[in-house]
Amino acid sequence: MPGADIRRPPEAADLAGLSTGLDALQSTQHQGGARLGRVLLGRVAPPVVACVLILTVWELVHLSGVKPDYVLPGPRAVWDALVEQWYLGTTLGVIGQSVSHGALGFLAAVAIGTPLGLFVWSVRPVRTAIGPILTGLQSLPSVAWVPASVIWFGLTETAIYAVVLLGAVPSVANGLVAGLDQVPPLFLRAGRTLGAQGLRAVRHVLLPAALPGYLAGLKQGWAFSWRSLMAAELIAGSPEMGYGLGQMLENGRVAQDMPLVLATILLILCVGISVDLLVFAPLERYVLRTRGLLERAP
Amino acid sequence: MSRPVYDSPRTAKSLATAEAPPAPQAVPVRAAAVPPALELRGVSKSFGHPGGDQLVLDDIGLAVAPGEFVCLLGASGCGKSTLLGLAAGIDEPSAGTVSAVGPRPALMFQEHALFPWLTAGKNIELALRLRGVPRRERRPEAERLLGLVRLNGAYGKRVHELSGGMRQRVALARALAQASQVLLMDEPFAALDAITRDLLHDELIRVWHEWNQPAGGARSLSVLFVTHNVREAVRLGGRVVLLASRPGRIARQWRIDLTYPRRLEDEAVAEKSKEITEELRKEISRHAGS
Repeated sequence: MPGADIRRPPEAADLAGLSTGLDALQSTQHQGGARLGRVLLGRVAPPVVACVLILTVWELVHLSGVKPDYVLPGPRAVWDALVEQWYLGTTLGVIGQSVSHGALGFLAAVAIGTPLGLFVWSVRPVRTAIGPILTGLQSLPSVAWVPASVIWFGLTETAIYAVVLLGAVPSVANGLVAGLDQVPPLFLRAGRTLGAQGLRAVRHVLLPAALPGYLAGLKQGWAFSWRSLMAAELIAGSPEMGYGLGQMLENGRVAQDMPLVLATILLILCVGISVDLLVFAPLERYVLRTRGLLERAP
Repeated sequence: MSRPVYDSPRTAKSLATAEAPPAPQAVPVRAAAVPPALELRGVSKSFGHPGGDQLVLDDIGLAVAPGEFVCLLGASGCGKSTLLGLAAGIDEPSAGTVSAVGPRPALMFQEHALFPWLTAGKNIELALRLRGVPRRERRPEAERLLGLVRLNGAYGKRVHELSGGMRQRVALARALAQASQVLLMDEPFAALDAITRDLLHDELIRVWHEWNQPAGGARSLSVLFVTHNVREAVRLGGRVVLLASRPGRIARQWRIDLTYPRRLEDEAVAEKSKEITEELRKEISRHAGS
């Protein structure tokens, strides 16, 4: 009889014990969450120290008097300008105007750039034809589009949106193409054996797999939207376009009000940083962490 | 003898007895009474190359009976993975036909190929969803499959939180979720450490047996398992098929009539492995002159 000399095999219960034992050995131990104090020390303190250093150097240069006050005002004068604007009661409206333009333009850019990226990626001749143009457009400063859109659309909101779109759509599309290029072929093969074909493969495998690259594209798309918007508001101002941060900057220049100019620059910077910190950074961290692409915060 | 001993699945056993006594040498592929779960007939595959087509698989004829466990063994360049791609229906053969009963064969890779943006449970549910299982039934079925591979608590776990062996078990559960009658495995344990691999061999055989129990209805599960490890092949397979390299063609076959579960260190396994290794070495030496 074949196999007569085989030693007794392990019983089913033994196998269960072996399996769970090995699983326990191979599972990583969960470490406790980071303490609040350590978070403050590790993540909050460095940027605060950097800001304080910059302000100090600024104040010192200002005090040394190398430049007259109206060319280089000190931090306090800029702060006063900010406070003055705040008491005028229009600051939030001005920021809101710009942010809503930027956000709407960005969303439109996502709506156009996403299918465009998918199309460019999936059809090889199209990619050969307009891929380089898309990449080239990314490096074209969007200010260059301002005169053209003003001629096309006049001093209207449409002109602003046109500039924002021309600035952001290539970034979004390119980000998606880069994300799709990085999808491991194994995922596509696995999807096909599971029966995901055509649109179902796009929805269940391709797009989720490309998400990290796409997100990077979105982040850049927002940065380009915001920049293009500021350029458009700065150069082409009219009542029809509303009064945004760009116009505030231009008003400061016309009035030779350097504290106001610097205060506005700070506001523009703050909006950019806030959107990144409040929207994109958490989104990116979530996506990377769930995929195990991010080490736990030290 | 009260301890449980796995029995060969019904179908494989009846086939084995139909072909008894086992020939000491090659076992000829014979048409069985039951239609095979997977059949490749005169399958050839060549890939276009600048210097002319390169023949990778040459006239492969292979039938896997319902419930049978077949190991496909070969050195590098024998076209093992190509053959599985054809059997899975991902690629098209250059000549010949591939037919499988039931839904599209499930395929497991050396890498787990689980989707990292989904939890372990959701990975399985995606397979169920693509198969057309209604939403309400997916979660319980996914939990059941996870239980089958002994990962009861792993439903909400992310792929990166699982060990290599656990990942391959989730991948096995996902493959089983396709409810195919043919499971194709492309060196699924090659990247694991020896201890884990040894344990997964036992688990795979257990799952295969459970799937083939009469309680599961008339469903059978045939496995076509590709490996370059002779011992692994002998330990798992009811039949071992040796592929020659360049081009890949079937060199010899052995029926492995040892009771399950087998152990890697069993003398009978060692003996059979030795015999097959000799043959494999001869096969490799043929290429010395070329």
